[in-house]
Amino acid sequence: MKNRTIKVDYLARVEGEGGLQIKVKGNQVSEVKLRIFEPPRFFEAFLRGRHFSEAPDITARICGICPVAYQMSACHAVEDAFGAKIPAPIRSLRRLLYCGEWIESHALHIYLLHAPDFLGYEDAIRMAKDHPDAVKRGLRLKKAGNAIVNLLGGREIHPINVRVGGFYKIPAKSEFVTMGEELKWARDASLETVRWVATLPIPDFERDYEFVSLRHPDEYPFNEGRIVSNRGTDIAVREYEQHFAEEHVAHSNALHSATKDRNSYFVGPLARYSLNFDRLPSHVQDAARAAGLGAACRNPFHGIIVRAVETLYACDEALRLIDAFEMPDRPYVDVEPRVGSGFGCTEAPRGSLYHRYRIDERGLISDAKIVPPTSQNLRTIEHDLLDLVPKNLEMQKDRLQWRCEAAVRNYDPCISCATHFLRLEIERD
Amino acid sequence: MPQRKPKLAVWKFSSCDGCQLSLLDCEDELLAVADAVEIANFPEASRAVVKGPYDISLVEGSITTAHDAERIHGIRRASKFLVTIGACATAGGIQALRNFKDVKDFISVVYARPDYIETLKKSTPITDHVFVDFELRGCPINKLQLVEVLSAYLNGRKPNTPPHSVCIECKQRGTVCVMVAQGLTCLGTVTQAGCGALCPAYARGCFGCFGPKETPNTPALAAWFTQAGMSDRELVRAFRGFNAYAEPFRRESEMHEK
Repeated sequence: MKNRTIKVDYLARVEGEGGLQIKVKGNQVSEVKLRIFEPPRFFEAFLRGRHFSEAPDITARICGICPVAYQMSACHAVEDAFGAKIPAPIRSLRRLLYCGEWIESHALHIYLLHAPDFLGYEDAIRMAKDHPDAVKRGLRLKKAGNAIVNLLGGREIHPINVRVGGFYKIPAKSEFVTMGEELKWARDASLETVRWVATLPIPDFERDYEFVSLRHPDEYPFNEGRIVSNRGTDIAVREYEQHFAEEHVAHSNALHSATKDRNSYFVGPLARYSLNFDRLPSHVQDAARAAGLGAACRNPFHGIIVRAVETLYACDEALRLIDAFEMPDRPYVDVEPRVGSGFGCTEAPRGSLYHRYRIDERGLISDAKIVPPTSQNLRTIEHDLLDLVPKNLEMQKDRLQWRCEAAVRNYDPCISCATHFLRLEIERD
Repeated sequence: MPQRKPKLAVWKFSSCDGCQLSLLDCEDELLAVADAVEIANFPEASRAVVKGPYDISLVEGSITTAHDAERIHGIRRASKFLVTIGACATAGGIQALRNFKDVKDFISVVYARPDYIETLKKSTPITDHVFVDFELRGCPINKLQLVEVLSAYLNGRKPNTPPHSVCIECKQRGTVCVMVAQGLTCLGTVTQAGCGALCPAYARGCFGCFGPKETPNTPALAAWFTQAGMSDRELVRAFRGFNAYAEPFRRESEMHEK
């Protein structure tokens, strides 16, 4: 039988540096390697000795695409260590900031990174020649999300206004209301997006995943909740490391996560949606159903539709939060540092992002652990490819390669994130 | 015959991808930019790759592996103008914090499998390896400054990016000094402008995203910090952020280390 190799030296339209190598013998895939050659940056090593108040700004630099997620998980973990209580108005504003990041990140992925795969374009700029209205809608939607992060965070990339305990300064209500006008357009545009992505030619492909995400008693999850799965996991955030572990593999500068019984699992929009469908408002559920989704979704290529549904939810939620805006008495609460460990997990656009810090008597971080969503998905991505390739061997080589690339992009992988949690242990005299 | 469009390439080294994302964050300008140049190599945005030479190369990230130290030379050779974007490419970035650890201090460097990992001891800026035509500062860069730099090179003029301090930007926007009025730690006097003096406008001190300005008087600022009760350890941390390995900040932090 013929041997084939599918090789992508440098994966495009993902954040960071990775490649793909798949070896096929006859009708069998003998090897799938998602090679991560993004160089490690050792965040967990140099966080040691830094003050707890620096964690949000430093960890934001792990990822330029989802800095808010890093800032949120860092704040929650430190506040957990100190037993700080965050007042409701600040909590709402954090949720609003996160809505902004979901909108900009999802719009970026839907329109600029993923849709070109389904319509057969190398990129969104080429796609814009034939689909100018769609690309312009995507850019404006992305801008509306960025406007939230801009106003509340100070700037889109690496916001400066987030601190442990809350914010440095809270903009006036009138500024939120002005921004709300564009968000009303964005809500309509995201509904239009749900309809548009539903028309894309999306491959049939399903697997039986273990989905993992946060679940909150009343809300679609952003910052809080328990970590749950469709296979019965239901744990507090602080129990994360008792249930999930990381493994170092040769072809990757990123660790691979697995459940303690060594199974791959899936974090991100598909998991969140499938575990929290009942937490979506009924009109968002209706939009999802009209786009052909059920209450759970096991086709990773449908991720683009689920992202559109989440974008609709985030626009809606942002408008609700602006409407209910209440100026906090102070922009932040004072925290009382104490020795201990704190745990935080929030829902980044790409999935659950876990932080743990140990803080000493001087308020300095003595140990840190960060598990980004992409590293949790790496093994699942490889398993998808193992399953996908044998089913599509009749495809021409370049089309199959493109299909494999699209399958990786289903996860909106952020390779920059995934390589930055490599552990560097420093022992001193 | 239509004029050939200038070829733009975007290259990534060790970084968070935020600076190149700034180009995609130019929602209003992106399609116009794509009209004015041929986007010849920009993997974050496109799977199409056009061969060099390139008229403008934007380089993000710092050099942290032997392979990357080689790769940058090829990019330099293929590029007419090479512009570094962001703190990683111009100063080594936050990952340059490793540069301050003496290798002897590492009794053991333990990964699960250290043999799988390749990395250099130091994270260094692009200019340590090849000639750089222009350095655009920031962690992240200001996207409007990026458009300005592209527009300047397309039109054969020098980019107009102010070399003065964040302190001046505060005066320009009318922000009351947070250091004088609130006693906050602020690096605004020694940090290059470009962000629009964002942090003081949000009631916090500047923490140096844009790196040292031209001829910064860091010892004078450090003396003020000391007078205000800051310990040497805190001073070291203040100067060791995203531009820790930029010469003036590096020197100042090392002065307070021992």
